[in-house]
Amino acid sequence: MQAKWLDIGPVTQIEPGMAATLPVIGGEEIAVFHTMRGEFYALVNKCPHKQGPLSQGIVHGDSVTCPLHNWRISLRSGEALGDDQGCVPTIPVKVDAGRIYLLREAVVPPTPAQRKAA
Amino acid sequence: MNAPTSFDKASALREKLVVIGNGMAGCRAVEEILARDPERFDITIFGAEPRVNYNRIMLSPVLAGEKTFEEIVLNTADWYAQNAIELVSGDPVDHIDRTRQTVVSRSGRVEPYDKLLIATGSDPFIIPVPGRDLPGVVTFRDLDDVDKMLAAAGQGGNAVVIGGGLLGLEAAHGLSLRGMKVTVIHLMPTLMERQLDEAAGWLLKTELERRGQTILTGADTQEIIEKDGHVAGVRLKDGQEIAADIVVMAVGIRPSTRLAKTAGLDCERGVMVDDHMVTSDPNVLAVGECVQHRGLCYGLVAPLWEMCRSLADHLTGSPSGYLGSVTSTKLKVSGIDVFSAGDFSGGDGAEDIVMRDAARGVYKRVVVKDDRIVGAVLYGDTADGNWYFDLLKKAEDISEIRDGLIFGQAFALGGGANADPNAAVAALSDDAEICGCNGVSKGKVVETIQAGACSLDAVRSQCKASASCGSCTGLVESLLALTLGDEVQAGAKTLCKCTSFTHDDARRLIVEKELRAMPQVMQELHWTTPDGCASCRPALNYYLLCAWPGEYEDDQKSRFVNERLHANIQKDGTYSVVPRMWGGLTNPRELRAIADVVEKYDAPMVKVTGGQRLDIFGIKKEDLPAVWADLNAAGMVSGHAYGKSLRTVKTCVGSEWCRFGTQDSTGLGVKIEQMTWGSWMPHKFKIAVSGCPRNCAEATIKDFGVVCVDSGYELHVGGNGGIKVRATDLLCKVSTEEEVMEHCAAFIQLYREDAHYLERTAPWLERKGLEWIKAQMFADPDAVRRLAARFRHSQKFMQDDPWAKRASGDRSDLHQHLATVRPAQTEYA
Ligand code: SRM
Ligand SMILES: Cc1cc2nc3c(=O)[nH]c(=O)nc-3n(C[C@H](O)[C@H](O)[C@H](O)COP(=O)(O)OP(=O)(O)OC[C@H]3O[C@@H](n4cnc5c(N)ncnc54)[C@H](O)[C@@H]3O)c2cc1C
Ligand code: SF4
Ligand code: FES
Repeated sequence: MQAKWLDIGPVTQIEPGMAATLPVIGGEEIAVFHTMRGEFYALVNKCPHKQGPLSQGIVHGDSVTCPLHNWRISLRSGEALGDDQGCVPTIPVKVDAGRIYLLREAVVPPTPAQRKAA
Repeated sequence: MNAPTSFDKASALREKLVVIGNGMAGCRAVEEILARDPERFDITIFGAEPRVNYNRIMLSPVLAGEKTFEEIVLNTADWYAQNAIELVSGDPVDHIDRTRQTVVSRSGRVEPYDKLLIATGSDPFIIPVPGRDLPGVVTFRDLDDVDKMLAAAGQGGNAVVIGGGLLGLEAAHGLSLRGMKVTVIHLMPTLMERQLDEAAGWLLKTELERRGQTILTGADTQEIIEKDGHVAGVRLKDGQEIAADIVVMAVGIRPSTRLAKTAGLDCERGVMVDDHMVTSDPNVLAVGECVQHRGLCYGLVAPLWEMCRSLADHLTGSPSGYLGSVTSTKLKVSGIDVFSAGDFSGGDGAEDIVMRDAARGVYKRVVVKDDRIVGAVLYGDTADGNWYFDLLKKAEDISEIRDGLIFGQAFALGGGANADPNAAVAALSDDAEICGCNGVSKGKVVETIQAGACSLDAVRSQCKASASCGSCTGLVESLLALTLGDEVQAGAKTLCKCTSFTHDDARRLIVEKELRAMPQVMQELHWTTPDGCASCRPALNYYLLCAWPGEYEDDQKSRFVNERLHANIQKDGTYSVVPRMWGGLTNPRELRAIADVVEKYDAPMVKVTGGQRLDIFGIKKEDLPAVWADLNAAGMVSGHAYGKSLRTVKTCVGSEWCRFGTQDSTGLGVKIEQMTWGSWMPHKFKIAVSGCPRNCAEATIKDFGVVCVDSGYELHVGGNGGIKVRATDLLCKVSTEEEVMEHCAAFIQLYREDAHYLERTAPWLERKGLEWIKAQMFADPDAVRRLAARFRHSQKFMQDDPWAKRASGDRSDLHQHLATVRPAQTEYA
């Protein structure tokens, strides 16, 4: 059976209103957000404007303000809000029994062997 | 144990139903089946607890002394007898044999079944800390637990409740009513965070503290301490110890799936069931908290009723199907009204309608999306909870009643005109009181408006309505709209879109009303959003920090990244590090340390800044604490090149070397920097000291500049370089270094206490006028001393090097990547 969800640890490791980073070997670094409303989201940690690290922005509601030039990015869709145009890939997240899971395929691309087997 | 009675003869013809779990779901399922077809099954119920079925949710009132056990029994012994149900109580089922279709109980009793119903509920989760098995550590699930708590409470003393959710708070309430001194330890920053947002959680916490409970949020239990073989206390990860004669673990529940799992039934988090509550074996059903339906497990009773209905429909041959439930929560603590339903996180396109009434301690938030209610959080006034919940479940279109929605059912449905808040205000009589704080009637407000007050601000200043707590702001705005129509003038710029208050109002009210926490400010000043925005959070954080030095705890999530990470973010996401070089002075040891850091961390560039010190570029956020540790080791501290705070004190060489120098400008600059570093301010603040009017340190374009002259020191204020260059104004001339220091401290404090967040001294001074500044400082001969004393007091709490703290491991979560990536621990879906 193909493992689908990647366990990235307990929900308590990210304070509400903050984000944490998850480097991916051979892939894009991921930012995992915990909103003040208690929800978890994950985005590729690169602002669609000039690659600012979104994990370092101020989180409010379900958006984050990029630390470099203040674009506002929706945590749900990855899209720039307001007048700005652009979009960053999102990674499906689920929380179960106090732990955070990311959709494995969206994080780590399958190896050629796995792809063949599928 | 009852034996089968009058139906014996017929029983051979009937199918045999065995129920495991004599709890709320198991018994309700049986009731539902009996109501449909009393003749169909021969029923045996196994219960682990040695008693009949009772209303588990009422254990809280039993603990609190508001109810007795007899009052909460749901199915009496008579009920079992009358329905010929055999109850095997106090004898849990240990094993299910699906091939033989039998269950085996602990006492060895074997019972065959045609249909088996698993209703084993949940097990309390015990956090795996040392000491968890000690006598005196209890959970809160059944009557035995309540009896243990009551026995402990009989002795008085201290109780610690681990877990600030629904169960934990009800346990804490009960124990505190029973006379124990209660401390609640909660891991997350907000109580009941799954049901409440920050605003409501804060109100709840304040109320519980007012009632004498100690609430520790963000507190992680490390171990339960033992003494003489019994629990004696709890130690937290931060080292704090709390004495305890009893520890209640109420951190959550896990569906009880052990039996089902060992019987080989499909289980994930719970026992997997379809819409008819059938498990992976068609002869085995499951219901209640132990199941997982469409991916969800429930911990409340409402879904159980719906599940039982569908189960009974299926077993009696007219399948209907359960589709899942939306739940709502109420806290059963007398005198505290809390309600929460649906998804209060809203999401894209969701809008919050927020109403706060500080005087009554009310907070209401309804989340609306596509003209439907998707969530609600109510605190203090929950009368309309069920109405909102009903609209939510039915997904009713609320666009017609949207304007009045937050005022509740009576108002919103009051019909046509009443649904418009303006109309409701229009209907008030002239002598109706609008502003309770200042006793202003509607007639008086209207009169003031008609006499020319065209904005909220004008009304506030001319008749005082809404000038104090502001809870009537909405009413005054309605009156402006009613009286003037389109002529209403926008008031002074508000702090941000979340509030109708200006920066000045917010600052003043924080002090006047002694507001000491951000959720408190938002509640008392009627913020229209639940948790503010990227503009108001940093501003309020600063205002609170300035108003309550040493008391207010800095809020990291309200800080811009540079101030959170104590370094300047660069365009590539790395950081630059600028250590302080007092007055621009340095020495071989510091230079060597900097050189070493540059090499050790491969910094691509090191540069002399425009502020007379060195900047190391290209450091990764993970490496910052180690870099700081190295710099600290050479005696250097943070230069705050990133902060709304004191940046640099530039100096020139002065009388010590320069042939024109009149005073020791370098030495004075160092002294000033040592007095002022570390202070948080509305914006960045720069100082310079020049040794003579040639002014090599550019003191006349600084926020505070000193120009030394033969007879003493000229003090200049309100200058800056930057986007709009402004040369300073001369504040005064003094004759000693001590006076320079005193005036510098006083001026900074005046700026700290008065300016708007993100307003530098130059625009501040132009807004207030030099005369105003002089009046504040010199009208009263003691003013400078008082301002300076307040600055020095606040500095007592600010002059801790933030780098040293981080280098020692504080808040390492801000610097490290998520540490626990364990791809092996995956879940199968
Ligand atoms: C490093 C430095 C340039 C240099 O290599 O010399 C610098 C770098 C930046 N300056 Fe500056 N300023 C530096 C001295 C100055 C000076 C000269 C001075 O202080 O004597 C000025 C003009 C004087 C003044 O402030 O009045 C100056 C006026 C500004 C301004 C415009 C301020 C204004 O009120 O108009 C900004 C923008 C702002 O703060 O919003 C700014 C903003 C910045 C920022 C923080 C831009 C940003 O937000 O990222 C730059 C950060 C770079 C970094 O990561 O370190 N910097 N900046 C200087 C650091 C001094 C230090 O040791 O701390
Ligand atoms: C203190 C407290 C307060 C609560 N307050 C509320 C509230 O305000 N609102 C709300 O909606 N919900 C509340 N709940 C939750 C509610 O009580 C549960 O959702 C409900 O009881 C679940 O019903 P159930 O039948 O699935 O589990 P239970 O009622 O727990 O019944 C399961 C029964 O199965 C027995 N059992 C387990 N294993 C075996 C075995 N192997 N053999 C035989 N018997 C076994 C157990 O002993 C238990 O008696 C509260 C719960 C508690 C503990
Ligand atoms: S002048 Fe502009 S580019 Fe140069 S450091 Fe300052 S902000 Fe950056
Ligand atoms: S890189 Fe994010 S706003 Fe520019």
